[in-house]
Amino acid sequence: MRYVVRLFGFVLGAALAPLAMAQEAPDAMVKRVTLEVVGIIKSDPKVQAGDQARIREVIESKLLPHFDFERMTALAMGRNWRTATPEQQKQLVDQFRTLLVRTYSGALNQYRDQTFDFKPLRAEPNASDVIVKTEVQRSGQQPVQLDYGMTKKDGAWKVYDVIVGGVSLVTNYRDEFNAQVQSGGIDGLIKTLTAKNSGAAK
Amino acid sequence: MKGSWAANARRLLLAGALAAMLGGCATTSGPMSQADPYEPWNRSMFEVHQAIDGTFIRPVVQAYIDYVPAPVRDVVHNFFSNIDDLFSALTALASGRNDSAGHDLGRVIVNTLAGFGGLIDVASSAGIPKGGWDYGLMFGAWGIPQGPYLFVPLWGPTTVRDGTGAVARAFTGPISFVSDVPTRNILYGMAVGDARAQAEPTYDLIDKAAIDKYTFIRRSYLQRRNYILYDGKVPPEKEEE
Repeated sequence: MRYVVRLFGFVLGAALAPLAMAQEAPDAMVKRVTLEVVGIIKSDPKVQAGDQARIREVIESKLLPHFDFERMTALAMGRNWRTATPEQQKQLVDQFRTLLVRTYSGALNQYRDQTFDFKPLRAEPNASDVIVKTEVQRSGQQPVQLDYGMTKKDGAWKVYDVIVGGVSLVTNYRDEFNAQVQSGGIDGLIKTLTAKNSGAAK
Repeated sequence: MKGSWAANARRLLLAGALAAMLGGCATTSGPMSQADPYEPWNRSMFEVHQAIDGTFIRPVVQAYIDYVPAPVRDVVHNFFSNIDDLFSALTALASGRNDSAGHDLGRVIVNTLAGFGGLIDVASSAGIPKGGWDYGLMFGAWGIPQGPYLFVPLWGPTTVRDGTGAVARAFTGPISFVSDVPTRNILYGMAVGDARAQAEPTYDLIDKAAIDKYTFIRRSYLQRRNYILYDGKVPPEKEEE
C-alpha cells in the first residue's frame, strides 16, 4: 500500500515537474509583457486618442496581474507596516495601487515612440529575488534605465519595485509614507492617499 | 526679461550655496536630517519656486510646447545639449570615466560636423550614448561629499556640491564669454527655458505621483545623482542619503 502511495507521489511529481520547469523566466516575462503593451499603445486607436478608460483597462488587464502590490506597499511602509491592522493594510494596498495606476496611465502614452533594450539577466539559477534591467531609448535624449525588482510568489514572478533611472519607486514612497505616518498616523496616510486619488489634493 | 531670471537664478544659487556653507554643521532632528539639515528653509524656498513657476513660468513653457513646433524645439535643445556634451566629456575625463568621456567627445565631433554645429543630434541616431556628466559629479568622483541638500527657486533641487558645480559651469562658459550683453541674456534665457521645457513631463509626473512634492523631488534627485555617480552600483551606506 505504502509502495502504491509512493509510486503515486512519484508519478504526480514527475507529471508536475515539467510545469515548474516551463515557468517563464522573469526577464522573459518583462520582455513579453512590455512588447505586448507597447504593441497595444501603438495600434489601439482608443489608447492613441487618449481614452483614459481604455488606457486603464489595458493597465488593469495586462500589467497589474504581474505586480505584487502587497509587497510593494509593505516595503514602502517599512517599519510602519507591522503596526497597521489588517484592515488598514488592505486600504493602504488598495489606495497605493490606485495611485500607481493613475500615475502609470498618464505616463503610458509617452512610451509610444520609444524602443526598449532588454538586458540579459544576471542572477543565480534558483534565485527568488532578481532585478530585471531594461533600457528605454528616446531619440535625441539620454537613454533611461528602467529596472524591475521581482520576486517569486506562488510560483510566478511578480514586480515589487520599479526603478527609473536609478530612482526606486518604493524608496521614494518610503519617505513620503513615513512623513505622513509621523504627522497623522496610519489613518492620516490612508486619508491623504484617498484624497489624492479622488482628485481633491493637488 | 527672460535673461534676468536666469541671472537671478545664478545669484540665488550663489547666495544659497554661501548660506549653506556658512551655516556649517547646524543639525535638526528628522528622518532626512543628514542629507537635508535646512529642510524648513528649503521648504519655504520650494513654496517660493512653486508660486513663481506656477504663475509666470509654467504658462510660458506650456505655450512654448503648444505653439512652437517640435523640430524647432529640438534644434534649440540640441544646440545647448551639444555644449553640455563637451563639458560632460571634459568633466568625465577629469573623473576617470574614460568610456563616458570618449562617447561624449565622439558625440560633440559628430554633432558639430555632421549636425550643422550641433543643431541636429546625429550621434544619438548613430547610437552614441549621452554621458550626462558635470562638475558636481566630477567633485563627487574626487571624493567630495554632496553636502547639504538645497532647493533653489527657479533652479530646482541641488546640493552644496552640485550647486557649486553649476556655478562653476556658469562661469566657465561658453555663454558667459559672449561679450554682447543682450545676446548673452537671450542665450541664457533660451538655455534656462529649454531646460525648463525639458523638465515639463517630470513636473507632470510629480503632480500625479507625489503625496508631498518636496519630499518626492528631494528623494528622486538624491537617488538619481548617486546612481549616476556610482554608475548604478550605489554603496548601501550612501543609499539612505
